[in-house]
Amino acid sequence: MKTQLIINNELINNEWALVVPEISIENVKKQAGKVVQFKTTGEEIPSHEDIEKTILPEASKVLLPLKLYLLKKVELKKKYSEIGLWIYSHEEINLFKQLDKDINDFPVVGVMIEKFADGRIFSLGNLIRRKLKYKNDMRALGDILKDQLFFLKRSGFTSFLIKEGRDPIDAIKGLNDFTYSYQGTLNEPPLWKKR
Amino acid sequence: MYKYDHIDNQIVNERVNQYQDQLNRFLKKDLTEEEFRPLRLQNGLYIQRHAPMLRVAIPYGLLSSSQLRTLADIADQYDRGYGHFSTRQNIQFNWPKLEDTPHILRKLAESEMHAIQTSGNCIRNITTDPYAGVTPDEIIDTRYVAEIIRQWSTFHPEFALLPRKFKISISGSKQDRALIKTHDIGLELIQDNAQIFANIYVGGGLGRTPIIGQLIKEKLPIEDLLTYCESIIRVYNLYGRRDNMYKARIKILVKSLGVEEFRKQVEEDWEYGANSPNKIDQSEINRIKKFFTEPDYKALSAIDFKNTYKSELHFLKWIDRNTRPHKIQGYRSVTISLKGKKQQAPGDILSEQMRDVADLADKYSFSEIRSTHEQNLVLADVEESHLFEIYNQLIKTNLAEANIGLITDMICCPGGDFCSLANAKSIPIAKSIEQLFDDYDYLYELGSMTLNISGCMNACGHHHVGNIGILGVDKDGSEWYQVTLGGQQGVDASLGKVIGPSFSAEEIPNVIDLVLKTYIEVRLDEELFIDCFNRIGIEPFKERVYQH
Repeated sequence: MKTQLIINNELINNEWALVVPEISIENVKKQAGKVVQFKTTGEEIPSHEDIEKTILPEASKVLLPLKLYLLKKVELKKKYSEIGLWIYSHEEINLFKQLDKDINDFPVVGVMIEKFADGRIFSLGNLIRRKLKYKNDMRALGDILKDQLFFLKRSGFTSFLIKEGRDPIDAIKGLNDFTYSYQGTLNEPPLWKKR
Repeated sequence: MYKYDHIDNQIVNERVNQYQDQLNRFLKKDLTEEEFRPLRLQNGLYIQRHAPMLRVAIPYGLLSSSQLRTLADIADQYDRGYGHFSTRQNIQFNWPKLEDTPHILRKLAESEMHAIQTSGNCIRNITTDPYAGVTPDEIIDTRYVAEIIRQWSTFHPEFALLPRKFKISISGSKQDRALIKTHDIGLELIQDNAQIFANIYVGGGLGRTPIIGQLIKEKLPIEDLLTYCESIIRVYNLYGRRDNMYKARIKILVKSLGVEEFRKQVEEDWEYGANSPNKIDQSEINRIKKFFTEPDYKALSAIDFKNTYKSELHFLKWIDRNTRPHKIQGYRSVTISLKGKKQQAPGDILSEQMRDVADLADKYSFSEIRSTHEQNLVLADVEESHLFEIYNQLIKTNLAEANIGLITDMICCPGGDFCSLANAKSIPIAKSIEQLFDDYDYLYELGSMTLNISGCMNACGHHHVGNIGILGVDKDGSEWYQVTLGGQQGVDASLGKVIGPSFSAEEIPNVIDLVLKTYIEVRLDEELFIDCFNRIGIEPFKERVYQH
């Protein structure tokens, strides 16, 4: 079984086909703090056209970019038996409010980062849990290595797709780098309450 | 001071294991240079000009004598017998070997120390007033609040990889000695009806774009401090620029949104975040507070130094410059100068001197030492009757320079001698200015003033807020120095103004000399340099300097 997917401290066969639009580079630099968020490179991507042209794989379970789903949901719901959604780290969680049904009707929601150092994923994870009250599997996608896993887990992520070419078995250990943490998270009270 | 229990110990030990694994993977090429970089930085490890540099955290500048001895041992065993205190109250070792760094971290962990988050794009070491708990102008002791923030910010999962570094500073006195308005978040603690509140400033900073922080939240109950900071940093984490590292600090975001819009976004987030599990309560405050109770002060009478030590003129100068009033009668706080001709660079200290200072702390100051933003050390709780003895012992170890607050008490970054970011050297500039002041009477006549030197626009030497600021700049591959006047830290923080075209290293001593002569000539009575500058402006200085 060749897989890079970690769930519950185990390698799990990955049945979900990850759909990623091909990006035709368009360099748009934006001011800080504007509604459009940044990719780490500063480009606004993918474009509407890129999303429209996304190649749809033959599969039964797919993880789709949220914008693609919003654009073609009728067709997509017909084509696939199960659909999960993901957003880029430079997108807003408010996008989920445009869904035709409850976010909890989707079994998987993911956040994609293109660079290891992109820490927006942690805040987005927290907001998806806290503000959108998402209860199902939340997946970290993209440039995911052993060294983010402990933080991702504590930011509400429950599954982790390790970057191709990196040892996923070694990465599992990263989930448990620390026995204790000082601050509280959504699932865990702060340490001082236990002291 | 705060004492680790088995949980704190386990956290730092597990961090060493994690770092050891990261280093091994890097050496085996399982991690690329680009991936290892943020990981090593979050452990205080820089790759410098000559060797790696390791920055060790001194949380809010508080050290025990045994910790200082551990630092001395590390300096001897893994470095070249000295350490360098930074402007953020940390200590840096300039010559460790990469493969030794896990051993150093293990040794630190045994003494309840670490290098966690001393660099990298995360929440850095919390800084505060070095005289917290002992200064007469104190409203709230900031140390326990700093410790609460230290614990909360250590490996905070959401803020592990921010757009850029993030610095928090806390002040609890009338005078701001923590520079809260030049920090990403500056906290001013206040009291009302026995309740503690914080005024929160955001978006201050030096560096390429110096900005004074703005008040974003007034009178926030202390229980909400962490959750409100979480909302600020969350908005920054999501919206701060990540495409250009020079525009990635929170100050740029606050500036581009405007403080009103930024506040609105923070408040919106806080509607959800205010009840995050990190809201603290009085029991936690009391638990941490217990680590910072007053030592057993004696009932002492104050000493009249001028009469008691009439013939000891040097000692009296030292008392005047290097000691300050204590909230308890009969005690004073001693500031040990790490500046002067006997020091190889401002903020440097030899391992032997560290051990001597640790001995003094054991004997005279409840075994505690503090490090200051000005790169000096403090013995906070000294009986006045012990001062003469301490002074004489400091002479023996070459640490009795009586220049605190004078122009030779310079703040200076390591500069081009060590740092690979620097445009120009800064230590030789500091040394050349020191040479100007052979005459101590002239130095004292000049009175209190600050001179800060940075080797590049990253401004680690805080040149913007020096009364006199010197900035190393690169022009066509050669080193030049820009001079600013009128900067100031504290409650009335202001940024210096550039005097004109930059100078060569050789010209700098003469330029400083002319600036000072101008001041001496035009000042009124006891007028301080900064007050004189604010009265007459930059023109008279400019004219004099460029006339030559």
